Amino acid sequence: MVDLIQGRYVQKNRLPSGGRINRDKILTFRFDNRYYKGYEGDTIASALLANGVKVVGRSFKYSRPRGIMSAGVEEPNAILQVGSTEATQVPNVRATEQPLYDGLVCSTVNGWPHVNFDVMSLLGRIGGNMMGPGFYYKTFMFPAFMWETYEKFIRRAAGLGRAPKERDVDSYDHMHHHVDVMIVGAGAAGLSAALAAARTGVRVMIADERSEMGGGLLHSTTSIDKLPATQWVAKVCHELDGLDNVVRLSRSVVNGLHDHNFLTVNERRTHHLGDQAPEGVTRERIHKVRAHTVILATGAHERPLVFGNNDLPGCMQCSAVSEYIRRYAVVPGGSLVVMTTNDAGYQCAFDWHDVGREVVAIVDTRANADSDVIAQAKQREITLIKGSAVIEARGQGRVTKAMVASINADGSFVTGEPRTLICDTIASSGGWSPAVHLSCHTGSRPRWRDDILGFVPGETHEQVLSAGGVAGTQTLSACIQEGIKAGTEAAAKCSNSSVADAMSAPVVEDELHAPAMALYLVPHTKAPTRASKQFVDMQNDVTAAGLQVSTHEGFESIEHVKRYTAMGFGTDQGKTGNVNGMAIVAKTLGQSIAETGTTVFRPNYTPVTFGAVAGSHTGALFDPKRFTPMHRWHVEHGALFENVGQWKRPWYFPRQGESMQDTLNRECVATRTSVGILDASTLGKIDIQGDDAREFLGRVYTNAWAKLPPGRCRYGLMCGEDGMVMDDGVTSCLAENHFLMTTTTGGAAHVLNWLELYHQTEWPELDVYFTSVTDHWATMTIAGPNSRALLAKVCSDIDLDKDAFKFMDWRSGSVAGVPARVFRISFTGELSYEINVPAHYGLHVWEALFEQGKEFDLTAYGTESMHVLRAEKGFVIVGQDTDGSITPIDMDHAWAVANNKPFSYIGKRGMQREDCLRPNRKQLVGLETVDPAVVLPEGAQAVRNPEQSIPMTMVGHVTSSYYSANAGRSIAMGVIRDGINRHGESVFFPLADGRTIEARIRNTVWVDPDGERQKS
Amino acid sequence: MFNIYCPYCEEHREEEEFHPSGQAHLARPADADACTDKEWGDFLYFRKNPRGLHQELWQHTAGCRKFFNITRDTVSYQILETYKVGQSPQVKLPEVKLEEPRHG
Ligand SMILES: [Zn+2]
Repeated sequence: MVDLIQGRYVQKNRLPSGGRINRDKILTFRFDNRYYKGYEGDTIASALLANGVKVVGRSFKYSRPRGIMSAGVEEPNAILQVGSTEATQVPNVRATEQPLYDGLVCSTVNGWPHVNFDVMSLLGRIGGNMMGPGFYYKTFMFPAFMWETYEKFIRRAAGLGRAPKERDVDSYDHMHHHVDVMIVGAGAAGLSAALAAARTGVRVMIADERSEMGGGLLHSTTSIDKLPATQWVAKVCHELDGLDNVVRLSRSVVNGLHDHNFLTVNERRTHHLGDQAPEGVTRERIHKVRAHTVILATGAHERPLVFGNNDLPGCMQCSAVSEYIRRYAVVPGGSLVVMTTNDAGYQCAFDWHDVGREVVAIVDTRANADSDVIAQAKQREITLIKGSAVIEARGQGRVTKAMVASINADGSFVTGEPRTLICDTIASSGGWSPAVHLSCHTGSRPRWRDDILGFVPGETHEQVLSAGGVAGTQTLSACIQEGIKAGTEAAAKCSNSSVADAMSAPVVEDELHAPAMALYLVPHTKAPTRASKQFVDMQNDVTAAGLQVSTHEGFESIEHVKRYTAMGFGTDQGKTGNVNGMAIVAKTLGQSIAETGTTVFRPNYTPVTFGAVAGSHTGALFDPKRFTPMHRWHVEHGALFENVGQWKRPWYFPRQGESMQDTLNRECVATRTSVGILDASTLGKIDIQGDDAREFLGRVYTNAWAKLPPGRCRYGLMCGEDGMVMDDGVTSCLAENHFLMTTTTGGAAHVLNWLELYHQTEWPELDVYFTSVTDHWATMTIAGPNSRALLAKVCSDIDLDKDAFKFMDWRSGSVAGVPARVFRISFTGELSYEINVPAHYGLHVWEALFEQGKEFDLTAYGTESMHVLRAEKGFVIVGQDTDGSITPIDMDHAWAVANNKPFSYIGKRGMQREDCLRPNRKQLVGLETVDPAVVLPEGAQAVRNPEQSIPMTMVGHVTSSYYSANAGRSIAMGVIRDGINRHGESVFFPLADGRTIEARIRNTVWVDPDGERQKS
Repeated sequence: MFNIYCPYCEEHREEEEFHPSGQAHLARPADADACTDKEWGDFLYFRKNPRGLHQELWQHTAGCRKFFNITRDTVSYQILETYKVGQSPQVKLPEVKLEEPRHG
């Protein structure tokens, strides 16, 4: 570890006064291995620049030193890892947007082992020309097996931050809003729109990503209504805050504009306070906003120009220089050269000059521009070099010189000898790219405008308006007017009335502007492939030469160029580089930018933390858990649980010292020799009523229901229209027009849906109603020869005589003193009763059964024993023994198919399809291993001849397989081609471990083959 | 995230409350047993996949549980209308033109 040197650096670039910072609040922070000081109101970036820190990272591919280039969301270089503890690590934080707080710890994400001495830079320098576009595809993809090695190397060397290894200590949440007008961005246009809309009384939300609203006005020199711009901003915000129909969100970036005006807004609530959120406050919140009308007032990002070594620390956007000086009282250097294609670029030179530092020259690429700013430059006696450009920056690790040369009128070549200007900062402006990102999110394509040299939002189907910079508007007065117009129009759309103009435009004096020059790539004396690197996308190290090479290699669609070169793929999503890149591609292809088009931006606008996305849906709140009424008893009796859908079902109840198999053996034997009990509450239960309930059952089940009388139960099989088994269960006739259907635990929701679908869309004339009653009843199954004796001890009002209460009967009465429905049905093949009581009595009845069951050693069993017990009887589980390709006939359930029913029930026609009738289908059979001790693995594939060469012909697979203590051997079921006709034949299961298990095909019933017990 | 008007509840609700159930107006053949394998196969498996207007069946699963129909543009994702089962759409679908697959 390098020594941590306290207070060694002074804020040498901090001005003695000015800026929107609180000089009384000095904050100490750590960047890499050094401590620095800044002020409240700083971002990490402004504080680093104040301290004279130039290098904040190394580039991804070439490992070149990089410095802070911008002051906002578009920053491609200053991407840091922030966090003082392992649990609070946040990767990929833009230093330009992270407010400074006391004790902040941050570090560069790339530049191993250290930003100022980087081993990769050597590779970058040597390999420079070898690492062209598509470098990774060409170099690292082959041989394929080496990719994992390459990837580790690349990631280690380049790095893009890392996720925390410890659990996040903070909490996050989501909030839903419904508003009439949603305004994205709170610059001049956004604030004007918000005020205009809010004054009409409609519900307004305005969100802005920065800590303070105002956008560019916060560092503007102009006045609005004779007030300094910042005071106008304060006045507007004050009025908005006083209106209860307005929600004003700062530090809130609108990351997505989704279908039907649904917006996702990421509010960083505590990032400015510290590493960790204060007690009781969520760190971030996602606002989910449904808006009637959206106003995009997202402004524009300044385009830096592309010139040689334009990535050297010290190369910045013009507007960023102004913002650092005026908002943070930080001058990023000592001597400035400005290069601009437009009037706006001049302002940073004036700001720089006005605080007393040296402006070496303003280099205007236009030869004959005439506007107010030129006069102002002359007034300040700033050297103005017209018709020229900075063709290359020079310096070791930072700018020390600018090479300036005259260029021709359209900027395609250099016309004069380059000369050298000594400087440490080069600010460039190539114009403004409207921030159209959100406008693209629902599929709209941006439209190129030659007059403003930028893409503006295209046509959209949504109720979305644009105002200000994003619409290509460049003067302040027009931005404000557009904001007012959009706000008024949006409010009128929502309230369906024409609202009189609630706001008149404030007075703003615009300056005379000269047209900008269309210039993206600054010409050089050498071709791009030979000149020093001219960077387009700093984060992905995409150069002008790389773009030209990729077009020469045949990539002509801008979308292909993007993927081949990775332009716009970084965390900044090409906010500064994209338009330059498209212009370069267009020029290389000899077409216009409009013809070339743009790549489309997708959500999210900026990276979002997983914490924010998850919100409070973590841990216990990630997914609902469903518990049966008897859950507490299961926990107290040591049950292990199995997830069945959202249900927590007891899996088995191990006793001290038992293996799982010991437990299963004990539970299964106890059930068949005395009595066992299963919590079956999770089975789906659907109450079906109506005059046509019986008819409806006949249409959705494969078997007959016409004659089932009240008091009786029947097994039912349900198919899809394709004839494949979908679900099964017992349905009981409660009264002539009243049935209770049970479904599998996992199939309950789907079956209800299915019934509703057919009733509502196919047979609305049938009088039938469905109600899910799964949760209303607690269900416990007692099974085994002593189950009648046990039930008799807790039930006195039902005649339990075997001839009075027969197998497949149900009776209502009382059990343990509470009302109950008792169904004499069996999923074990034993004498068995399924007791249903209202859910809140469940635990009471369960405990009463155990109290009375002591003499029978009543044994609780879980889902695993349930599986074994039913498999011993050959009862199938839909979804385990079937897989959507098994018909009732394949399942050997022809007895459950009634083809003489008058209505062509669901599944009947499907089962008659040619493929369902062909021979050699996979059919359900029992599988008896030759070695009774060997348990087949479920899923094992069967072959008829194990000696055949690989790939073998597979004829089926194992669906259920267990060791059965009652059978004294392994038991299994599976589907085998033509299996029903092949009882007695052998099949073989070659396993991955080299063993081959032989099993004989047989019937599926292992215990009580004549089915005597369940009827006893 | 769609904002869907349920014609039964008569209000706009969030997409999270709904579940799509595929193409609308699929009528189960009245005499299923009389269908040829091809006819039954068409009913079972063949669905439209238009670029543009599409009539879809949805269910208000976390609401009134009613099925209803939506006319939706699969390009813009705009919902042009929602209507009850048994009702006819007001928005007419364009004639289906089968395009030659483009090569190159
Ligand atoms: Zn509804």
